[in-house]
Amino acid sequence: MAASDAPNGDVLIRNAFGSVLAFLILLLIGVLAFSIRLFSVIKYESVIHEFDPYFNYRVTQFLTKNGIYDFWNWFDDRTWYPLGRVIGGTVYPGLTLTAGTLYWFLHSLNIPLSVETVCVFTAPIFSAFASWATFLLTKEVKGVGAGLTAAALLAMVPSYISRSVAGSYDNEAVAIFALIFTFYLYIKTLNTGSLFYATLNSLSYFYMVCSWGGYTFIINLIPMHVLLCIVTGRYSSRLYIAYAPLVVLGTLLAALVPVVGFNAVMTSEHFASFLVFIIIHVVALVYYIKGILSPKMFKVALALVVSIGLAVCCAMVAVIIALVASSPTKGWSGRSLSLLDPTYASKYIPIIASVSEHQPPTWPSYFMDINVLAFLIPAGIIACFSPLSDASLFAVLYIVLSVYFSGVMVRLMLVLAPAACILSGIALSQAFDVFTRSIKFQLPSLSDHSHIDARDASSENIVPDDTIKTDKSEDTPKERMTKRSKKKEKEPVEKPPTKFQIKKRLSVLPFEASIIAVILLVLLVAFYVVHCVWAAAEAYSAPSIVLTSHSNDGLHVFDDFREAYAWLSHNTDVDDKVASWWDYGYQTTAMANRTVIVDNNTWNNTHIATVGTAMSSPEKAAWEIFHSLDVKYVLVVFGGLVGYPSDDINKFLWMVRIGGGVFPHIKEPDYLRDGQYRIDSMATPTMLNCLMYKLSYYRFVETDGKAFDRVRRTEIGKKYFKLTHFEEVFTTHHWMVRIYKLKPPKNRIRGKNKKSKSKTSSTTTSKRKGTRRNPF
Amino acid sequence: MSKKLIVLFLGLVPLLCTCFSPDTPSDRRVLVLLDDFAIKSSHSIFFNNLKSRGFDLDFKLADDPTISLQRYGQYLYDALILFSPTIERFGGSIDAAAILDFVDSGHDLIVAANSNASDLIREIATECGVDFDEDSSALVIDHSGYAVSATEGDHTLIASDDFIKSDVILGSEKIKAPVLFQGIGHSLNPSNSLVLKVLSASPSAYSANPKSKLTSPPSLTGTSMSLVSVVQARNNARILISGSLSMFSNRFFRSDVQKAGSPTKHDKSGNEQFVTELSKWVFHERGHLKAVNVKHHKVGEVDEPAIYRINDDLEYSVEIYEWSGKTWEPYVANDVQVQFYMMSPYVLKTLSTDNKGYYFTAFKVPDVYGVFQFKVEYERLGYTSLSLSKQIPVRPFRHNEYERFIPAAYPYYGAAFSMMAGFFIFTAVHLYHK
Repeated sequence: MAASDAPNGDVLIRNAFGSVLAFLILLLIGVLAFSIRLFSVIKYESVIHEFDPYFNYRVTQFLTKNGIYDFWNWFDDRTWYPLGRVIGGTVYPGLTLTAGTLYWFLHSLNIPLSVETVCVFTAPIFSAFASWATFLLTKEVKGVGAGLTAAALLAMVPSYISRSVAGSYDNEAVAIFALIFTFYLYIKTLNTGSLFYATLNSLSYFYMVCSWGGYTFIINLIPMHVLLCIVTGRYSSRLYIAYAPLVVLGTLLAALVPVVGFNAVMTSEHFASFLVFIIIHVVALVYYIKGILSPKMFKVALALVVSIGLAVCCAMVAVIIALVASSPTKGWSGRSLSLLDPTYASKYIPIIASVSEHQPPTWPSYFMDINVLAFLIPAGIIACFSPLSDASLFAVLYIVLSVYFSGVMVRLMLVLAPAACILSGIALSQAFDVFTRSIKFQLPSLSDHSHIDARDASSENIVPDDTIKTDKSEDTPKERMTKRSKKKEKEPVEKPPTKFQIKKRLSVLPFEASIIAVILLVLLVAFYVVHCVWAAAEAYSAPSIVLTSHSNDGLHVFDDFREAYAWLSHNTDVDDKVASWWDYGYQTTAMANRTVIVDNNTWNNTHIATVGTAMSSPEKAAWEIFHSLDVKYVLVVFGGLVGYPSDDINKFLWMVRIGGGVFPHIKEPDYLRDGQYRIDSMATPTMLNCLMYKLSYYRFVETDGKAFDRVRRTEIGKKYFKLTHFEEVFTTHHWMVRIYKLKPPKNRIRGKNKKSKSKTSSTTTSKRKGTRRNPF
Repeated sequence: MSKKLIVLFLGLVPLLCTCFSPDTPSDRRVLVLLDDFAIKSSHSIFFNNLKSRGFDLDFKLADDPTISLQRYGQYLYDALILFSPTIERFGGSIDAAAILDFVDSGHDLIVAANSNASDLIREIATECGVDFDEDSSALVIDHSGYAVSATEGDHTLIASDDFIKSDVILGSEKIKAPVLFQGIGHSLNPSNSLVLKVLSASPSAYSANPKSKLTSPPSLTGTSMSLVSVVQARNNARILISGSLSMFSNRFFRSDVQKAGSPTKHDKSGNEQFVTELSKWVFHERGHLKAVNVKHHKVGEVDEPAIYRINDDLEYSVEIYEWSGKTWEPYVANDVQVQFYMMSPYVLKTLSTDNKGYYFTAFKVPDVYGVFQFKVEYERLGYTSLSLSKQIPVRPFRHNEYERFIPAAYPYYGAAFSMMAGFFIFTAVHLYHK
């Protein structure tokens, strides 16, 4: 329409200009996504964060040193002693291979970065990719403007920042990119019906399967979307092309990943895709038959097919139920079951429930993690319905499902974040579109035609461009962009097309209301930016192996973890085994290079329960358990002196629960006084005599004379005691990590006569009676 | 990931001493602490016997202020004989703790007490797991197993022949005559696995003060009471504890003996043979084993691998020698076993031997991966305990170690290829038919 008003060449120039502008904006978004994640490096240092990233880092080191085949076949004998772990077959290799490729690529260019540096910066790089993928996906759904807005939102959404700051070298860092990109290719295939994109989609899905266990989200979401399309009568050959190759190729490729293997066809997380695969073929057949038969014949055939089809369906349902029932673990893994039934894990699997990121999120965490997007999502959903396309239907489905899943597990907020950004991007873009259009069409009546507000211009710019290409809903304001881009937009001032103006006038809003609304929206987005920068700088950039605290006398740095690991690596034998709660397993193997009994890959519940039992047992029993596992050192984390709340005493009840789940002589009520967990003088004797209490509080009274625990805010129950089977070998500067050594068995076994008795001389008959009481 | 050879001679780890070496485990320098030098002559047969076996005896009074066990952190002696039952405080820097440290660093000890044993001696004995009767005036009395002598006494001189049945401790030759014993008895904790009763009291013996009237039942009675015991600590240090000092004396060595109720009268008591054989054991002239050259490798290979694969066939060998007092002799036994161990033994095999000290076996690695250990836990009465463990990981198959084609799957291969061919033909027909 607009093309008829403007000369052809002008349109071309404007198109080209828009593309260049979009490209520049995307570039800036990439820079923004990368740089907002560098706070951790600037404020702390370039280190790997937390727990899991240390394992990934260690695996990457192995990969770069030994090559891909050794990595594939790596049997690690330094974890899970004495069981060992087949790393190559139990790890999602995507992240490692990505970083390894990056490392080799850089080295082939003679850029000698260390493996650690590459690992630290992998996540920020991929978050830039992720925002570009978001642009592509949203562009397919609602056009360029919404795409740019969504990309900018995603570049700094706190939820995603929390998992992808520099140093947070975890699977999610690359998996979110893979997730969004897979969705983009799916939508692209759906929009174009191109087999080329369908193949790319399978490959992208393969990369996602390599990267993260969350790939099951894709293989369930896409079938659901397909099913929804079929049910709502949106079946097309494009849908078939988008879906069928993905299932066949994707499943074949997924089965190639060692950690997935036959799970790709045997566990029920994948069954939905196969069911929908069958349905889409049936539907395709029906459409084909409908095409070649006359309507009357078709009715007859339909009656026939429906009756037969019902029988077949019944048989199929029976087969599927039988398959589910016969497959291992009833087809559902514990983590997936806890997705469907949020209370499942806490009821049956303490090891899953014990991880804080598997807990349901609280309301504030939604505001913390997606901030204003939470309020924009509903608007985005409405925008998706006007008009509803296959792609926007997908966006709606995506947000609905991810909201549900995020309500089950904090960790899945990460899946919600891109959906929230896409929907909010659409909402913002549509809102700006409506408001600026209203302003624009009322402006000429108020003042000079040529004098137009910058906002107006931008909206004006894009509207005609996009209407040429697709439909009117795809126009895009650029208000969300930086000031620089706004300035650029001022230059091309255009006369509004009159025809268009008349048509649009039907839906204009009052001028003043539009101005105010635009200002409010800009303010809203500004708050979002402020919040995101704050979250990136303060909340999510701490590496958790180095802790800081601000107090009146300045900044305190607690570097106790690395101190302890360095001590272990310098003062113990290379084959010594170190026992600790599983949280510290990855760090111990990666930083101290010592063999551990259990680690963060919680694949063997019994083994973890053994360690939990040892920690909850009295000293002698614990010594025997540890000795039978050849343990030489025991490491406990203790925060009572400096007030570090996530220490072993606070995690202790989980050790009791997990230990008691396998060894029933450990009973949780023994450690609780009237249902309360306490370590003060009211604590139960079992609690005060267990190994964890003793190792944590040994000699604690020497620090302040009162033994006041700053985390529990109380004086401890038992202050003076000795260790008989363990000896303290190292305690870090702030007492956060304490390392004990198992004493060897006694060289001699003492007799029974008491020392004091043998010292009192002379004979009495009463003494004889005393000895006679001995059973011996 | 170099798998280090961990050979644990349980006793030979804390080697502060240079003389007590794994190469020649017998003791050489012995410190003898006496109450007074009269004992040196009254027990000269025993001492001369030791000297003739090559020991270098250093006699000191127990309260000599110059005595010391170590200098500059090095022990000056390999063994210690305490013939000073009445001493309350040692001279010099020695106290009970020093003596126990001496034992804990792998040195041997002979302690003899008698009726007026001091608390110090009792404490040392208790620390080693031997509880002397707490009544310090009590003696072992046996009204049916006493030694017949010219002067009819109070039956505190006992002729005992209830020896431990072990050729390693008491020598292969049978003790010919009963052993004369006069002194105090002691008890052992039955749960204590390190202490052995070498000479037990007879069922009719009890421990009481012979001079006073018995008012209450004696605390130690019968065979649960021990007269002479030995201890082998976990570090293989050996300790002999006797309740009688006079058992070692010339008088008892030369005395004739006739057990009450027994018609045979022996010209010479069994004391000399008993004490000599026992001292040979205590001073590591007998019953000391060493294991060397632990080797394992795949069948058909020579080098030791860093890691095994499941279902590998491997060979394991070890050489075990016994110290004869002068040289290492091959140790011959048919009950040495090796475990392939990961939390529990997966393989338990008795080693074959070539009777020259070489023990070997071959077995298949179980179909389980993990970090295994080759374990030899050899504990036999009187012998030093051998505890060898060597860690070795076992890995699963590599990706290319599985069979590439398996016959059972040929139908599937056929299905796949016929499907491909069929699809190709169908496509061709469908596209170009009309």
